[in-house]
Amino acid sequence: MGKLKIEDLEKIAEEARKKMTIREGGGRAKITVHMGTCGIAAGARNIMNTFLKEIETHDVHDVIITSTGCAGLCNKEPMITIELTGQAPVKYIQLTEAKAKRIFDEHIMKGKFVQEYAYAIGSEKIL
Amino acid sequence: MTTHRIQVMVCTGTGCVSNHAFEIRDAFEREIKKNNLQTEAAVITTGCNGFCGAGPLVVVQPDGIFYQLLKVSDIPHLVAEHFLKGRPVKKLMYIPPEEKTPIPKMSEIPFFADQTLIALRNRGMIDPEKIEDYIGRGGYKAIAKVLTSMKPEEVVTEIKASGLRGRGGGGFPTGVKWESCKKAHGTAKYVICNADEGDPGAFMDRSIVEGDPHSVIEGMLIGAYAIENVTQGFIYVRMQYPLAIHRFEVAIKQAREYGLLGKNIFDKGFDFDIEIRRGAGAFVCGESTALMTSIEGKVGEPRAKYIHTVEKGLWDCPTCLNNVETWANVPQIILKGAKWFSSIGTGDVSVDPWGGSKGTKVFSLAGKVNNTGLVEVPMGITMRDIIYKVGGGIPEGKKFKAVQTGGPSGGFIPETLLDLPVDYEELAKVGSMMGSGGMLVTDEENCMVDMAKYFLSFTQDESCGKCIPCREGTKRMLDILDKITMGKGSEEDLVMLEELSSMVVESSLCALGGSAPNPVLTSMKYFREEYEAHVRDKKCPAHVCKPLIKYSIDENVCIQVGHGCDVCRKQCIDNAIIGEKNQAHRIDPSKCGKCGICYDVCKFDAIHIE
Ligand code: SF4
Ligand code: SF4
Ligand code: FES
Ligand code: FES
Repeated sequence: MGKLKIEDLEKIAEEARKKMTIREGGGRAKITVHMGTCGIAAGARNIMNTFLKEIETHDVHDVIITSTGCAGLCNKEPMITIELTGQAPVKYIQLTEAKAKRIFDEHIMKGKFVQEYAYAIGSEKIL
Repeated sequence: MTTHRIQVMVCTGTGCVSNHAFEIRDAFEREIKKNNLQTEAAVITTGCNGFCGAGPLVVVQPDGIFYQLLKVSDIPHLVAEHFLKGRPVKKLMYIPPEEKTPIPKMSEIPFFADQTLIALRNRGMIDPEKIEDYIGRGGYKAIAKVLTSMKPEEVVTEIKASGLRGRGGGGFPTGVKWESCKKAHGTAKYVICNADEGDPGAFMDRSIVEGDPHSVIEGMLIGAYAIENVTQGFIYVRMQYPLAIHRFEVAIKQAREYGLLGKNIFDKGFDFDIEIRRGAGAFVCGESTALMTSIEGKVGEPRAKYIHTVEKGLWDCPTCLNNVETWANVPQIILKGAKWFSSIGTGDVSVDPWGGSKGTKVFSLAGKVNNTGLVEVPMGITMRDIIYKVGGGIPEGKKFKAVQTGGPSGGFIPETLLDLPVDYEELAKVGSMMGSGGMLVTDEENCMVDMAKYFLSFTQDESCGKCIPCREGTKRMLDILDKITMGKGSEEDLVMLEELSSMVVESSLCALGGSAPNPVLTSMKYFREEYEAHVRDKKCPAHVCKPLIKYSIDENVCIQVGHGCDVCRKQCIDNAIIGEKNQAHRIDPSKCGKCGICYDVCKFDAIHIE
């Protein structure tokens, strides 16, 4: 890359920020995949990869994926928790790739949670 | 895949590197590959996090999990548990002194939580060898702002209004310095960054350079633009800082490639470039005039400052010298404004630039304190908060004695003054100084006479020898301190020591001599009784000065409690202990070398020190 113009500075910053949001622990949305032994056995890794792919195809950079251990609900795995900034966390259970895609589209991208797959909001169960 | 869900921030400051941080990085890379996580986890190297005592350390983002004291053998387990299964590994986390539960998140560890970061704003967040990372955190935006929307004099006014003062020691208002240099006559002027940190145990500047070299370069760009007629800057770094030199070299190269250094920067008709000069590491070369003669290629010696360097500095041209930390503050002031900066700290700088201490200061906290390391705190914080909150208090429940601030020529501050707000004037009032930010904590086991001697021997050794009061005066003072610690001092020596101190302070040519007696003066002022015990009673109350202490065995305790266990006799290297198993033991003072081993090994407290 050659000599910068002032406009280029913002472009570089933009590119760099894509990689850096997660260092700042910020982000608009956080997806936590439960990856206990049972979760992994039930296909949690596959779910995680689906989300990672979705993030890439949608080219979004304010969505963070993290993992956590077993949630004690082994028969409901694979399971995730989605938190949008300022909203109560939503738990989804018994996920498949297709369900994960839909959750990404509707909940992460459009901000509407997918009632049919949801297990609980905050601490309150909805099933 | 561009986005990784996990970023492993491996600290590669000098401290962690010497504890094998690069091996830790390699181990992470290996394990990530082995577990097929390359697309999910990225390893990033950062500059010093300031908590070197906990190194090698790693922060795993996005959750900010802090791992410390890592070994290569810990990494396979860590990767499998945390990255694969989402279970952060407790036993590798930080546990506060005297507690049992670990604190997983870096942001919740008191050492980090109580700091305010301006100069160290990018610490642990960026890869110092990637200019894009710096730009991603708002880097080079300040120089862009200045070039597009501010006149040089407006920049000077802004810096003046911020209340920023020199972080290298003197505390001279930065804006005022820039203004004088700007007004000085000359078509060629220079800016210099002093990265020649020479205080033993201090590494604030090194750490900024290693962790965020571009912040310094951007500060210098802004200074050069504001002062005008400056097309060349120099960075003076000591040779003993190879990693800092390397990071500067990489940063300068990258800035040149992007056209951020060189001709016609941002097409605004502004030219500026920077060269690195390596110093041999003489303490006196941190002094401004000496540093400049050294850049010119001559022997680094100070000269009388009747002509200010802002008028006649490098090659007799007007020159503006600031240290690393000062320069690193500049871009933030431009971006966030003088008002924001001056809202932090003490006093009022709106009329008088000397009227307060604004912003933050980076200190290197060392000595008898739990969390040693590099801390950035707002001006005006109390000494007590630095030592007890950020520093986590004194180890092993020992008693605090004094804190020495400002490097080897700073003064000691006793317990009674701990609630003192830390700013330039307050520290000077009690006989110490801000200096470049060294902070050494001592406890009840340190002898103040011995400490004063230690620091004076450092400055004495580093005196360049050009002026007699500094060269000879400090030497005489050292002789007297030697005498006192040997138990041969008299009350007259104390008087003499005080007289010599003020003579050296008043008549030395440069600040080295002018401040060298501070540790002696303040320790005599606040710990007079310790000096008196040495000269009058020939005792060292802290049991440090060997000639003044005596080991003896309480024979009753030895036989009745310890049943003459004989352990001490076997350990004594000087064969100074007389006795046989099951009998009372005693020490032959003529043979005893005062190593203290017997004192440590006796399980029955039969051995005493006086
Ligand atoms: S170690 Fe203590 S108890 Fe044992 S012989 Fe020596 S002084 Fe006596
Ligand atoms: S202090 Fe050292 S030399 Fe002296 S008696 Fe004890 S062990 Fe021996
Ligand atoms: S070098 Fe790693 S914390 Fe200082
Ligand atoms: S090298 Fe120790 S704090 Fe950076």
